Amino acid sequence: MSEHRISMTVNGQQHRGLVDGRLMLSDWLREAAGYTGVHVGCEQGVCGACTVIVDGRAVRSCLMLAVQADGCSLTTVEGLAAADGTLHPVQQALKDNHGLQCGFCTPGIVMTLAALRADGARPDEAAMTEAMSGHLCRCTGYQGIRRAIRQLAAEDGTP
Amino acid sequence: MKPAPFDYIRATSIDHACALLAEAGGGAQLLAGGQTLMPLLALRMSQPFILIDIGHLPELQGIAPHGGGLRIGAATRQADALVNPLLAQALPVFVTALAHVGHHQTRNRGTIGGSIALGEPAAEMPATAVALGASMTLRSTRGARTIAADDLYLGPYATAIAPDELLVAIDYPAWPADAVPLFREVARRPGDFALVGLVGALAIADGRIERAGIAWFGMGPTPIRARQAEQALVGQAIDRIDVQAIADLAIADSAPFDDGHASAAYRRSVGRRIFANGLMQALDRRLAA
Ligand SMILES: Cc1cc2nc3c(=O)[nH]c(=O)nc-3n(C[C@@H](O)[C@H](O)[C@H](O)COP(=O)(O)OP(=O)(O)OC[C@H]3O[C@@H](n4cnc5c(N)ncnc54)[C@H](O)[C@@H]3O)c2cc1C
Ligand code: FES
Ligand code: FES
Repeated sequence: MSEHRISMTVNGQQHRGLVDGRLMLSDWLREAAGYTGVHVGCEQGVCGACTVIVDGRAVRSCLMLAVQADGCSLTTVEGLAAADGTLHPVQQALKDNHGLQCGFCTPGIVMTLAALRADGARPDEAAMTEAMSGHLCRCTGYQGIRRAIRQLAAEDGTP
Repeated sequence: MKPAPFDYIRATSIDHACALLAEAGGGAQLLAGGQTLMPLLALRMSQPFILIDIGHLPELQGIAPHGGGLRIGAATRQADALVNPLLAQALPVFVTALAHVGHHQTRNRGTIGGSIALGEPAAEMPATAVALGASMTLRSTRGARTIAADDLYLGPYATAIAPDELLVAIDYPAWPADAVPLFREVARRPGDFALVGLVGALAIADGRIERAGIAWFGMGPTPIRARQAEQALVGQAIDRIDVQAIADLAIADSAPFDDGHASAAYRRSVGRRIFANGLMQALDRRLAA
């Protein structure tokens, strides 16, 4: 069993650690680094709740080893809102449209949409909806999420 | 921690990975995108002693012209291939098939070679490789060899890749830019594995089919080439094709089974219909053009 020294940036903060080779990134983020906004549902790649942004891409953190994120730059849901509490546009759109109920799936959905809109990219409704196939939500029936996506597309002028 | 203990090693080159594989004598697993292997580790259905990470190796990345066709590095991320302009131009049906592999988030890490090496019978990439006539370059400390996609798949998740071999690249031969793409998939939800699917291309010149490459996925223990249908199509004038008869031939080559998702009879019935409709629409589009 191997042990590894890792270092990565999470939400702009430098983190270091010593991890077992088999430790999942999701578990490291929650238990070692304290980012409990990373929700783990299925822990086998199916539900999308654990989605975080690694080097600009939305990925399932339960399907990555912590050691694989060595040297990477990560964003979790804790890193999206402004310091004064102003929500990220994706968070605001979900809030405005009842896009969440229990909130278990929500951080993952937020991270996927935020990654798609990073660096000024403005995906259209179809692209955002397509990316939602990677998320399961047991509460909302998805219609609030779809409304939030439509609101985002309308705000962006990309119907 | 969910997986059983293992040593994680980040390979520094193809040679390094091959040396580690040889040394491990079957106790090692290659890790590419991890989108299949990680769940298997978490469920302890896979318990390697050594995990050799190759997903980041630059030597295994990229899409480039090669021998008239295109060569795709095995660890090229699915998301990168999906937006690659060379692929979109040369093999549009490959891109269509790839868009059905999992989800946006899994394609951000999953690799083309990982899907091909896994050999899931319902997966899109293995059948696409068979249909388009791809060949695979394999490396080990014993040397390099090339194997045709037709000879790669032996059974569900069983391939001709030896335990000490690494898939380096996949070569897709050239197809005419105006080849007619064929793609149909029936799945419960977008991103799910297919219950039934078919993929292929038809090269047409002077109103006749010159070359046909068609394969089933989810229709047997491996991807299956619809060989009889291909043979019957080649040489035919595209306004004279008996689509229903060709669909019967295509089904004759399939070998679907019952599982928890669908019965063999359902797969045959749906497969026959999507084959006939897919072929008819593809031909109609060409006739209208
Ligand atoms: C929710 C979900 C839905 C999915 N849906 C689909 C789907 O609809 N269709 C589909 O096809 N797939 C689907 N997949 C699987 C797909 O995402 C994987 O990317 C793919 O099957 C494996 O690629 P990988 O790079 O992730 O390989 P890994 O998981 O890293 O490896 C898979 C296997 O291949 C071996 N391997 C990898 N690379 C090489 C190589 N270069 N040489 C030799 N052996 C190698 C590994 O040792 C391992 O045994 C889905 C996965 C998830 C989590
Ligand atoms: S917890 Fe990672 S996909 Fe479900
Ligand atoms: S809001 Fe409860 S699972 Fe989506």
